[in-house]
Amino acid sequence: MDLEVLIENVLNALAAGITIGCIYGLMCIGLGLIFGIMRIVNFAQGELLMLGMYASLYLVTGSGVLAFLGPYFGPFIGALCAGPIVFAGGALLHKFLIARVSGLRTAGSLDDGHFGQLIITLGISLILQNGALILFGSTPQAVRTPLASRAFEIGPIYGDATVFLNKARLIACAVAIVTAITLYLVLEYTRLGKSLRAAADNPTAATYMGIDVDRAYRIAFALGCGITAVAGGLMATYLSFGPFIGLDYVIIMYSGVVLGGMGSILGAFWGGLTVGFVQQCSALVLPPQLQNAAIFVVFLLIVMLRPQGLFGRSAERA
Amino acid sequence: MRPGAPPRLRRDGIALVIVSVAYLAAASQVNNTYYQLILSLVPIWALFGVSWNLLSGYGGQLSFGHASFFGIGAYTVTLALLYWNMTPWLGIPLGALVGAVAGILIGMPTFRLRGHYFALAMLAYPLAILYVLQYLGFQEVSFPMHREHPMYYLEFADQRIYTLIAVGLLATGLLVCMLVENSRFGLALMAIRQNELAAEAAGIDAWRWKMRALVTSGAIAATAGGLYACVLLVLTPDSVFGILVSAQAVVVTLFGGVASIWGPVIGAAILVPLAESLNAELGNIIPGIQGVVYGAAIILIMLASPDGLFWTVRDRWFRRPLPESAPVLTAMPARQVVQHGLAGAELLRVENLSRSFGGLRAVSDVSFAVAEGEILGIIGPNGAGKTTLFNVLNGVLTADDGVATLDGQSMLGRKVHQVCRMGVGRTFQVVRSFPRLPLLDNVVVGAYGAGLPDHTAVEAAVGALARVGLHRQAGTPAGQLTNKQLRLMELARALAGRPRLLLLDETLAGLGREECDEVLDVLQRLREDGMTIAIIEHTMHAMMRIADRFVVLDHGRVLTSGTPREVVENHAVIEAYLGAKWLARQNA
Repeated sequence: MDLEVLIENVLNALAAGITIGCIYGLMCIGLGLIFGIMRIVNFAQGELLMLGMYASLYLVTGSGVLAFLGPYFGPFIGALCAGPIVFAGGALLHKFLIARVSGLRTAGSLDDGHFGQLIITLGISLILQNGALILFGSTPQAVRTPLASRAFEIGPIYGDATVFLNKARLIACAVAIVTAITLYLVLEYTRLGKSLRAAADNPTAATYMGIDVDRAYRIAFALGCGITAVAGGLMATYLSFGPFIGLDYVIIMYSGVVLGGMGSILGAFWGGLTVGFVQQCSALVLPPQLQNAAIFVVFLLIVMLRPQGLFGRSAERA
Repeated sequence: MRPGAPPRLRRDGIALVIVSVAYLAAASQVNNTYYQLILSLVPIWALFGVSWNLLSGYGGQLSFGHASFFGIGAYTVTLALLYWNMTPWLGIPLGALVGAVAGILIGMPTFRLRGHYFALAMLAYPLAILYVLQYLGFQEVSFPMHREHPMYYLEFADQRIYTLIAVGLLATGLLVCMLVENSRFGLALMAIRQNELAAEAAGIDAWRWKMRALVTSGAIAATAGGLYACVLLVLTPDSVFGILVSAQAVVVTLFGGVASIWGPVIGAAILVPLAESLNAELGNIIPGIQGVVYGAAIILIMLASPDGLFWTVRDRWFRRPLPESAPVLTAMPARQVVQHGLAGAELLRVENLSRSFGGLRAVSDVSFAVAEGEILGIIGPNGAGKTTLFNVLNGVLTADDGVATLDGQSMLGRKVHQVCRMGVGRTFQVVRSFPRLPLLDNVVVGAYGAGLPDHTAVEAAVGALARVGLHRQAGTPAGQLTNKQLRLMELARALAGRPRLLLLDETLAGLGREECDEVLDVLQRLREDGMTIAIIEHTMHAMMRIADRFVVLDHGRVLTSGTPREVVENHAVIEAYLGAKWLARQNA
């Protein structure tokens, strides 16, 4: 009997770890573009996640434009549509603020403009958090879908041990994987993707090759914002959220990006997956308060043992 | 003390006394308790900023998680009072001690990381501590009330006494910061911030100085946190370990002026009252509006003054007049090259040195020797392994195999700064200077790195500047030097450590023909003074002028070595430089 419970708990934690991990993975890809590849320190990334949640909420519930899609498909399509909305916002942010403290303007300067980026993005983060508080109120919200309370059952596998797969999470996970693969293909094989990567890698050389580096940066930054927002929209289907939820996730995102190895989009996905997995599995042995501490301990251990990240190829040299 | 420290210290000290007295006088006139609270918070956050500034501002080791130390101080004071009934008068120093120890414990593993990885690893510590404290049941700890002994328990009814104590602690913190800035400690940190590798090559033990900075910084931050607990009387993990606490240290410092003594003070004096009064005035009307206004304010000021207010104001209104810069070197007639041969005793000996990167043998079985007082030119096409050879020799890279000795002592297996202390000076392909510091300070780094005491160090630096002909520019900030002067500055920095052997990596790169000649003259004179030099160079004609012997590298191997004439007539060398086709056509 005890063994059955144990097996059931372990299998369910694994399943939850993988599904949630994939959504975290998508969320980390957004930051992976901005921080991992462009090396912009963005403290407002959590707020972009939050904006994705609210965008999806206002699209698909109440009298939103997409409300006609109903509670089954609506939330997921809403999440995907949150992407372009936040993408546009990200492009504006970059044009008017971020571009002044990053890219060609600060390349080669002492500290590479990180001090400026820290302050600017912290300011943006404060404005977005508190702006959301004013506009949306402090009541926790959720994009309700009946799928969140239904699950696929697999098993019984061993005795009565059954794996429950929450339908909302499973669909969200599938959408996350498809989005991540699409983005990967775009970055890897299209002309746009190649120019983005070239510009991020070496802005000066990219300029010589005739790439409009400012535009490439703006698109890459906005893409990073949009991708994280899609992940936010997906998370909104199984999680209640408020204006300050970004603070909880910004650290998780940075952990994921560093774990995966900076500069790699796939690495960021795997890093996010690892963080989600560790978080869910630690629930088996640790009290809930210590689950987040477990993430940081694992994060510190991996960073100490493999400073280049789990999937990165070479360490950063000073 | 650094050159020019006493007047600077006196000026800053007087400013400190005036500002403290004026602040306290103003604070004593305030009767509103809420404003009194704000007035005691300003120096506390300023002190926290000072602590962050030491490690991250001066030392460039960006820390996103300084709340670890702040929170450790706050919790030490509170728990010591709660469980041991210890007065905060002892609790705050105890907290500082715990903060310093935490600095060692955190620094030991974390200084293995660099750049972004270091910054983010630091972020993880306060959050891990935060969750552990929540788990242990310290969600909300109140200061035990002892109103009967306000003096003993630091529980004053009159908020202004806290302000007095806070200003006292801040003044102490600023004093520490001034002493650091004006000593070799501060100079070592600034050198590390510019370029850790170049600093190590100048003899600075980067790891040790970073550790000292973190320990000092941890103690100061814990002091600020300890007093903060006394002022607030209620502690939650979020209020002292939260990410916004770490952000506060960063924001006040960057806003006020990073790597300046007064930066954190200016930042805190503007931002803390701004945030608090926005909270009080606007927060009640529309919750959240204060955050929006505060965020917009820091963005706007940052865009207007990217280096912080202190530097913007100083650069705009208080730029000191520059000393007349006269032409440095009167061009000397080209001298007849004296062929030394291998007359002197052997100084550097390299035998069968090898180093591979994966399958690539970057340096393969290289052997050569340099005699005392000789200039050895190391030449070869791009990718021949010249810089890798230097990197192995001065400890940046480890050797896979082989021997390298300086005067009989092995150079291998030592750290970069240890090789420097053996008497090996090195310059790099890319010049690294400290743009805001005067030239003399830039050079003194090398003398400190070699372990010279203060007085001798300044003498050595002045002497080194004279040897390269830059003594008239000693007071000019390095940011205003020409490329040639920067090259000479780097040479002087290496000379200031009184090395026996100089490893020069493409010192002539990017110089025009005339500038090139001037630098060559300097090298010539150094050789006449008995200096031994190994120099990497591309330009053949320059090397022909000064080198006594050549070692030619190609694909990591020694192609040939010998006198300049022998080498330029060697077919293998011509082939390596110009290709086999060219050679065939020549011979046809």
